[in-house]
Amino acid sequence: MKRTAIALAALIGSGTFVSAETVTPDNVVMDEYGSIEASLTGVAGDPAAGAEVMSSRGLGNCVACHQVSALSAAFQGNVGPSLDGAADRWEEAQLRGIVSNAKMTFPDSVMPSFYKTSGFIRPGNAFTGKAAEGALEPLLTAQQIEDVVAYLATLKE
Amino acid sequence: MTTTKLLKTAGLVAVLAYASSASAQDDSQLVINGEIEMITEVATQDYIGGLKTAYSGWRFRNSDMQAMQLDDFENPAAIAVDEGLASWSKVDGSEGKSCASCHEDLEASMAGVRAVYPKWNEEAGAVMTLASQINNCRTEQMGAEAWKYDGTEMTGMEAVISLQSRGMPVNVAVDGPAHDAWLKGEEIYYTRYGQLELSCANCHEDNADNYIRADHLSQGQINGFPAFRLKTGGLVQVQNRFKGCIRDTRAETFKPGSEEFVALELYVASRGNGLSVEAPSVRP
Ligand code: HEC
Ligand code: HEC
Repeated sequence: MKRTAIALAALIGSGTFVSAETVTPDNVVMDEYGSIEASLTGVAGDPAAGAEVMSSRGLGNCVACHQVSALSAAFQGNVGPSLDGAADRWEEAQLRGIVSNAKMTFPDSVMPSFYKTSGFIRPGNAFTGKAAEGALEPLLTAQQIEDVVAYLATLKE
Repeated sequence: MTTTKLLKTAGLVAVLAYASSASAQDDSQLVINGEIEMITEVATQDYIGGLKTAYSGWRFRNSDMQAMQLDDFENPAAIAVDEGLASWSKVDGSEGKSCASCHEDLEASMAGVRAVYPKWNEEAGAVMTLASQINNCRTEQMGAEAWKYDGTEMTGMEAVISLQSRGMPVNVAVDGPAHDAWLKGEEIYYTRYGQLELSCANCHEDNADNYIRADHLSQGQINGFPAFRLKTGGLVQVQNRFKGCIRDTRAETFKPGSEEFVALELYVASRGNGLSVEAPSVRP
């Protein structure tokens, strides 16, 4: 009962339709190298939406750590490598794996896991500094992950 | 695994190449009011495993911000320091005393104090920070109410006391009875908190001198605290800074004054042993 309530709140909160095929964070199938073959939603990713997720502080904010020449976002960071040409270096399944849980591809990486909801130390309620209440939402939704992967797939040199 | 997959896994190798970006932290010399020479770079002690050289946060700031600290007339912390100075001799509490009643002359009695805090207090049987010592004087000696740990009265008083040690090398003790707290602080420093799973070390040791969006990461040294933050327009207590950094990892923070933050403050101070006390510094 409680679970349904939380799931419902999540649905209303994000305003997105979660289809029956959506793979939840705990059910993601990842191979031993950290790749995820299957789409998390079955719905093709939208590269333009992915670019937005990568640039926005309130969403993925990937440019906090990565430089991407094709994105106009100001103040791109250099904690991680430039993502220019990422699609020449990685296949779609590998990119999906990196964005969902980079630590399975790069052990001990500082890159956050964007599709993971458990195993944290003192998880907070977003950026309030207070303890999280109830089940955690992943940092990005399944469809946002697919959108980001679709955008990354355009980064060829 | 197909051949193409194997080839693309070679991307891992390419990834390693980015790590050695050029240093943006500079070699500027910090001399305040044209006379107080600050040590902003020093070799760390052997017990600091992950860091060879400690740099003051001042070295990571742009020249405009650096300049605000060169001359006390330019330093926006001056107002808070004046308020701290006034409360040094202000009588408060049931005993009819002020700080000056016991310690008399501020300059003589407080010289060198800030440089050795946090430190072990035998009577309390615990490590005490400068803030907890100040509150201890208020409640035990003056019969006054404790100040809010990271409130404005406290930061003002810390600033005026720290000023009496300005230029002296930080020298906190990490062994003896303080060692357990120090170890605990070290553990906290390397723990990856929150939904972003980031430790202090991930940002301030592994990525010092890199940029995280617009922020130029320093080593997160605390020799300049309390620091005047231009972002908030006020003096910031060191544990309040810790709280903000942990909050930014989407974690449940610790409270200013908590045992965890006291231990962390001792540990982080020891990472900067040898740097000059620089408070009140000017920071973004
Ligand atoms: C806190 C820093 C940080 C954030 C935020 C971050 N990353 Fe990363 N990322 C890294 C680091 C560091 C690496 C390099 C791998 C390693 O050694 O950990 C990396 C590696 C990668 C790679 C493989 C690098 C290549 O081009 O060969 C991709 C792709 C990637 N990240 C995508 C993303 C996307 C997409 C986002 C946002 C949804 C993101 N990252 C957010 C730090 C970050
Ligand atoms: C996600 C990255 C991140 C993490 C994790 C982080 N910080 Fe910070 N911290 C920053 C940024 C950005 C600043 C502002 C620029 C600077 O001085 O580095 C900062 C500033 C500071 C400062 C002020 C330094 C100065 O000279 O003004 C201190 C002290 C500090 N951090 C300590 C810590 C401690 C202790 C932890 C762990 C409890 C921590 N930080 C975790 C990003 C981080």
